[in-house]
Amino acid sequence: MESQNHLLTWMTFWPLIGAAVILCTPSRAKLFIKQLAFLFTLPSLACGLWMMKDYDPALSYQFVAKVPWIETFNIFYFVGADGLSVPLLLLTVFLCPICILASWGINDRVKGYFSLFLLLETGMLGVFISLDFFLFYVFWELMLLPMYFLIGVWGGPRREYAAIKFFLYTLFGSVFLFIAMIVLYINTGSSFDLTTLGPDIAASSFWANAANLKWWLFLAMFVAFAIKIPAFPFHTWLPDAHVEAPTAISVILAGILLKMGTYGLLRISYPILPDMAVKFAIFIAVIAFINIIYGALVAMAQTDLKKLVAYSSISHMGIVMLGMAAMTPAGMNGAVLQMFNHGTITAMLFLLVGVVYDRAHHRNIDGFGGLAKNLPVYAGITAVAFFAALGLPGFSGFISEVLAFMGGFMSHILWIRIITIIGTSGIVLTAVYMLWTYQRMFLGPVNEKYADMPDCTLREKVTLIPIAIIVLVLGIFPNLLINLFEPTMGRLVELLSKNF
Amino acid sequence: MGNVESLAYFVPELVLTVTLVLALLASIFGVDRAKWDVIGALSLVGTIVAFLFHIALYDKPATIIFQGMLVHDMFALFFRGFFIFCTAIIIFMTMFSSEVFSLKKGEFYAILLSVTIGMCLVASSHDMVMIYLALELMSLGSYILAGFARKIGKSEEASLKYVLYGGVSTGMMLFGLSLLYGLTGSTGFEGVRQGLANASGGIDLAVYAIFIFILAGAGYKIAMVPFHFWAPDVYEGAPTPVTAYLSVASKGAGFALLIRLAFSILLQPGESGAWIEVGSINIDWMFTIALLSAITMTIGNLGAIVQVNLKRLLAYSGIAHAGYILMGVSTLTTAGLESVIFYLIMYLFTNLVAFLVIIMMVEAQDDDRITAVRGLWKRAPYSAVFMTVALISLIGIPPAAGFVGKVYIFFAILQSQMYWLAVIGALNTVVSLYYYARIIKAMFLEEAPDAEPFTLKPVYLGLLIALTIPIIYFGLFWNPLVNYAKFCAQLIQ
Repeated sequence: MESQNHLLTWMTFWPLIGAAVILCTPSRAKLFIKQLAFLFTLPSLACGLWMMKDYDPALSYQFVAKVPWIETFNIFYFVGADGLSVPLLLLTVFLCPICILASWGINDRVKGYFSLFLLLETGMLGVFISLDFFLFYVFWELMLLPMYFLIGVWGGPRREYAAIKFFLYTLFGSVFLFIAMIVLYINTGSSFDLTTLGPDIAASSFWANAANLKWWLFLAMFVAFAIKIPAFPFHTWLPDAHVEAPTAISVILAGILLKMGTYGLLRISYPILPDMAVKFAIFIAVIAFINIIYGALVAMAQTDLKKLVAYSSISHMGIVMLGMAAMTPAGMNGAVLQMFNHGTITAMLFLLVGVVYDRAHHRNIDGFGGLAKNLPVYAGITAVAFFAALGLPGFSGFISEVLAFMGGFMSHILWIRIITIIGTSGIVLTAVYMLWTYQRMFLGPVNEKYADMPDCTLREKVTLIPIAIIVLVLGIFPNLLINLFEPTMGRLVELLSKNF
Repeated sequence: MGNVESLAYFVPELVLTVTLVLALLASIFGVDRAKWDVIGALSLVGTIVAFLFHIALYDKPATIIFQGMLVHDMFALFFRGFFIFCTAIIIFMTMFSSEVFSLKKGEFYAILLSVTIGMCLVASSHDMVMIYLALELMSLGSYILAGFARKIGKSEEASLKYVLYGGVSTGMMLFGLSLLYGLTGSTGFEGVRQGLANASGGIDLAVYAIFIFILAGAGYKIAMVPFHFWAPDVYEGAPTPVTAYLSVASKGAGFALLIRLAFSILLQPGESGAWIEVGSINIDWMFTIALLSAITMTIGNLGAIVQVNLKRLLAYSGIAHAGYILMGVSTLTTAGLESVIFYLIMYLFTNLVAFLVIIMMVEAQDDDRITAVRGLWKRAPYSAVFMTVALISLIGIPPAAGFVGKVYIFFAILQSQMYWLAVIGALNTVVSLYYYARIIKAMFLEEAPDAEPFTLKPVYLGLLIALTIPIIYFGLFWNPLVNYAKFCAQLIQ
């Protein structure tokens, strides 16, 4: 057996150790538990940074560890990272400590909250490092229960409904992924290996004659991933879950969980069934288009700030899907960059919503006014987040949106180009609702009710400013991130282009 | 093999019989009025000894014993171990339960042991008369057990319903077996299969009818639709340890009966693990069983959604799981048999944990509705956590054992390319989430302002931990169990 690299394993399982430690802590020591939780997210962050030291973008899978797990079913504990997973791993280990800080206000059943949160982090990281389909599925499902509890116990007024809706939707998708996984396993000589499934299928004579089966398999996996993205028409769980979840969990949901859908498509569906991916491209593009326009239009109609941010996520994830559907280098790079950027920008937006909600105890956009006068720091950071979200040049969102749309224009399918042209109007719509919201909340006459509202506390600044810095830096030097995944995406595009 | 030599293969049942007699005698001499549950302890020791003897039998090669009445093969041995293990746990639960009236405990254990012997005989039968007698031995005891809380009306009702449904179903099965005898002139499985193989054709309809009759008998034990109507009432009315016993051991016995009859009489091993019809019979068994399985799990899951009583809910959930396990049977492959064995092991631990928590609930507040578990998280956090583990295992979410059970079953049916059944099974999983999550919701998300906190009895806590560890352990490291299931999925030919 070749030497194993345990870096990713440590990164993933540190939070799990933390969860176990917290479970053994007396529940009265609330502050101590919070500090412990924060401390236990830091080793993962350190692992993430350490990973960057040795990471070589030109190579494919790195930091690989492969240990037999269930020999009789040929299942391995097989982990590794490539250009696709590295940005998302970084995003996850970076956002989690911030979310712990953002959860400092939780005072009810602290022990449960933070141990579930750490369990959730393990699940998320596990999804991004898995190179074995079965392992991937186990981590994918592992997140369901913590998320259910985090929304259901610590959420807003309609939390029970939102939690079960999230659970049901996700499981509905997962079971199709499950079937697809086992069908692939049975018909590829008993393999769950994500790195070889694609070549195996391409080389096999059985699969060459099984276009029908492949079509169904791709559809089954697409449903699973589309629900997570969430793609129209499976998006209806998202506004409920995001609005009812506590702030930090909304950040995790929007920042990381949604990326799992697109990550799954790029990690599993595209490389394993590239010919079907090409066939489905137009279909994905249409759904992406609906997401962009419909998400933006619905966002515009919202009066609840958190709902607005939730629908803006739908719109922005549409851009990711459009870039993926284009299957051009620019489109793919734009998609992955947008995944990362959306993760940071939406995280900021949800944190900002949390800040104002903590003070005013409502999120009605029209219920504020002139906040900029008394809360200059808050207004400034919000401006950064809003401008980044609407894709203003100089902020990270701009680069990724441009890349994704450019990719769409260069698509080899005429219809995708047409869809992209109409889809760009989504940018305008985003600008409309973002600016309009900013105007209603921060400009105009000061609402006397909130005249003495305090500005951001130190803790809130500590959570917001690092993300803001990343958003700004990536807006000016996007290559810092693009370089990490460009070769990987290049290989994927090359694989896909063989099937045009 | 002659009767005397066969006894070596029969030691677990002999031990159980001796224990049974001792329990009865002790009961007659008034031992069950003692302060300590001596008879329970005695029965527990007896079952444990029987279980140890059963382990020793794995070394012995498969053979036919008692002049063709019984067989010793790995399949039978698995089920014997399964029943005895389950009985041991149930006896342990009953020893500390206040639901089974203390004065009659001696009788209770004796009947429980006799039911177990009946189940063991069902699993190892090799003759139609033998299997019917074994089934009746098991059923009669079960009727009494269901009505054991005889001062409670519900329990009496449960017992009566159980008798009526049981009588009709086993009667139908007996009729089917008599038709088989008429067709083949033999009661031994080998003779029957030989007779069917030699038939010149034109018996398809008769064989199909026979199969349906057999399904009535087995289907009633496993709570398969349309023979499931007794389950909710009996589960609700019977004392909870008995319900747990019925939901695990009795269901397992039903599957042992079905597989034994179908795979020994109607089917013969074909190529690469598939089992094919004997002789010139040409019937689509797969589709018949698969259809019943799809209907069973769908009705079970839909029925469970509207339940307010936990035991009734678990009854419907049990119907749904019978449907899942039937999926494994419907493949008619060795992989399918392995998946059944594998799933039953997972189901054993999972269901026992769920019922144990309900037993504690019922003892603490004499209420078995879902509303009774409200706020359990605050009142008894450990039991809430263990119940959650059991529930996610029932839903089939990793890392719980129920998930890998599902993996194996879906693996088997997809290998047989029954895609439609896989989709129905998968959708049923989603439906089941809804009602299992209702229990989780009640435990964690809802408050019960007036309910008192209650403490777990240490023995229950110990048992809960002992049963929950396998759920998680086998959910993560199921390699040994796969090997075990492969080893046990061998029927004698």
